Amino acid sequence: MASETEISYGDIAGRAAQYDKDELRGEEMVLNMGPSHPATHGVLRLKLKLDGDIISGCDPVIGYLHRGDEKLAENMTYNQFVPYTDRLDYLAPLANNVAYAIAVERLAGIDVPERCKAIRIICCELARISSHLLGLGVYGMDTGALTTFMYTFTEREKLYTLFEELTGARFTTSYTRIGGLTRDMPDGWMGRVNHFCNQLIPVVDELDKLLTRNRIFMDRTRDIGIISKEDALAWGLTGANLRASGHDLDIRKAQPYCGYENYDFDVPIGSAGDCYDRYLVRMEELRQSIRIVQQAIAKMPDGLWYNDEAKKIFKPQKDKVLTSMEELIQNFMIVTEGPQIPAGEVYFEAENPKGVLAFFIHSKGGGVPYRLKIRGPSFCSLSILEHLCPGHMMSDVPVILGSLDFVMGECDR
Amino acid sequence: MDSLLLDIVIKVIFALLFVAVIMSLAAYSVLGERKVASWIQGRVGPNRTALPGISAIPVLGPQLVKLGIWQPLADGVKFLFKEDPLPGHVNKLYYCLAPCIALVPALTTMVVLPVGQYMDGDVVKPIILANVDIGILFILAFGSLGVYGIVIGGWAANSKYPYFGGIRSSAQMISYELAMGMSILPVLIWANGPNSGLAGLSLFNIVESQQGMWLGVWMPIPAFIFLVSLYAETNRLPFDMPESETELVGGFHTEYGSFKFGLFFVGEYAHMVIGSAVFTILFLGGWNFLPDFGIESLHWLSDPWALMPNWLGGPLSVIYFIGKTLFFVFLFMWVRWTLPRFRYDQVMTLGWKYLVPGALICVVAYAIIIGLWDIAFAIDQTPAIVE
Repeated sequence: MASETEISYGDIAGRAAQYDKDELRGEEMVLNMGPSHPATHGVLRLKLKLDGDIISGCDPVIGYLHRGDEKLAENMTYNQFVPYTDRLDYLAPLANNVAYAIAVERLAGIDVPERCKAIRIICCELARISSHLLGLGVYGMDTGALTTFMYTFTEREKLYTLFEELTGARFTTSYTRIGGLTRDMPDGWMGRVNHFCNQLIPVVDELDKLLTRNRIFMDRTRDIGIISKEDALAWGLTGANLRASGHDLDIRKAQPYCGYENYDFDVPIGSAGDCYDRYLVRMEELRQSIRIVQQAIAKMPDGLWYNDEAKKIFKPQKDKVLTSMEELIQNFMIVTEGPQIPAGEVYFEAENPKGVLAFFIHSKGGGVPYRLKIRGPSFCSLSILEHLCPGHMMSDVPVILGSLDFVMGECDR
Repeated sequence: MDSLLLDIVIKVIFALLFVAVIMSLAAYSVLGERKVASWIQGRVGPNRTALPGISAIPVLGPQLVKLGIWQPLADGVKFLFKEDPLPGHVNKLYYCLAPCIALVPALTTMVVLPVGQYMDGDVVKPIILANVDIGILFILAFGSLGVYGIVIGGWAANSKYPYFGGIRSSAQMISYELAMGMSILPVLIWANGPNSGLAGLSLFNIVESQQGMWLGVWMPIPAFIFLVSLYAETNRLPFDMPESETELVGGFHTEYGSFKFGLFFVGEYAHMVIGSAVFTILFLGGWNFLPDFGIESLHWLSDPWALMPNWLGGPLSVIYFIGKTLFFVFLFMWVRWTLPRFRYDQVMTLGWKYLVPGALICVVAYAIIIGLWDIAFAIDQTPAIVE
């Protein structure tokens, strides 16, 4: 008999290997998880094949949040597309705004002043904190600890208040413009961000105490959803998911953009590539982001927060528009025709909270992109589910999903 | 004849009172759950529901509203008046039967639950509906019937997620019943030891035998095993397999709504209240005030109720007992909002590989210890732990 060898429940590889040989396996059951299911964090749908409680097949179905962002981009000016980037990874809209702006600026061949870069870095890292806070809190909730979710959400609420002060919107920030930002930081905002960071550290410590060495949490996440380094690379995983598998790739270090090379931070690397490692990596990234924000605040340079030289790209200031003829015409042209970007192609990758968000833009000149392609990290993270889920139990699915920390807005675009 | 009639009338009134108290305790533990959860999570919790007349009372009214004291009332009325849907795909008989089956055992077990004591002349008597000799067996037997409500509910809903919940809970509850039953054995051995002077499985005797020392102190491991099993039996986190909301979206009661769901809900909390009461009786000395360490001169410490007149001592013992019980209800909530959830197979592993052997070892060990104790101190007829 094939089923003579004893398999413990924790031995996933053994279970998967044994599965096909098992003469006693029963009828398979197809379970539809999603698109509206609390574990799928949005509108992911999983068609699970179950043998008892053990998954034998997983078929992710995506596209429930498809809005055709890439096609929309071809029909509007570069600045008009900024609000659409808010809706990609809607848990870190600021980071998307920044990534998109830098991509277009690279295409135009312009640079932004140091102050603008520093503000953008604060934005990116606050977005990372916001995204990871939600990711970790929801991850706790997926394993059953509902309170962590409330703790992290309380902090996100404070962050949203800061975002509102900075951008005028809590959720859909649309903060960047090609060649700069919509506005400078309000007075005293940096101090409040600094205060937020200082009080965030104890909260992160508390989260740490609640989950990291919690025996039940460890039992639920260790050796679950192991992604080897090879698999992670083969499926195109990026960000914390890739680093948890032990591959040291952080775009902020590998190809620094926006002045990340001037900041001192560490990149946490996992070893086992299981759900627990992905949790630990995110936890450490949270602390590192706080470090970066505080450095940026400490050495915030003075100067302009937009590129003054890029006349045909960045709209002139309002007071000048109302007093000077040349600026009035500039303003009119940029509003009606869009920022004038030269013909060419650019592919720009940014290290976003969920992974590498990349924009490929093909321009034939003028104010509208000819083709804009978005590479969403969540799409790649989800593609591995088909490979990852079989052999696990049904209760592991929420944990695996939570550990991959995806967002459907970015996956479906 | 007259006295018999009077007896029946008193018993009926008493039974109604019992049901009312347990049900309102269950209803208010729902409120308690929400309040405790919000305190743990840094929220406020229910604080809006107001009863027109009473909430208008100056200082007191707003405070009661702030505490959400009328929320269970509003919830109950809402459950009653909502449309009661009967989905087309369910097995109608079982679908309607399941919530009743879930609630009835919980309410039945309280028949043998002593809640306090009073003096009948010089004899201490329990405040209880029926002081039967098989008390604890009765509770175990009827308590385990509650699983049928969940299994039948999960089956009748004719849908995959409830089905999963039903299957999981049946396996879980049956497994943990074993550990639960065995963890009680040391208590019974102690209460019925050759020298304890008491006999029978009546819960009243068990409380009486704990005047010297509460058994939770004297038997911490069985107490812990019992408590863990209790969490599993009442489907509370970290063992809430039947309704693990992140994966099963509510489990067995996914297809239920309105008052049927309300019955499940109240049934779960009634189970919790009664489970806490049983734990208090078995391991925490019931209504005994404090342990008297078997010292005769300190006897008033464990049983101050006997020194008071019945109209004072009786209710006080009940209140003290309910206080202890509520502490465990609070513990249930505290744990729920702190810990993550086990996976189904881990629940099984814990039950079969750790709790059942642990309980078995405890049975053997305490049997030997109590046997030796009785041989060594076979002097007195009164239960004593420390001389």
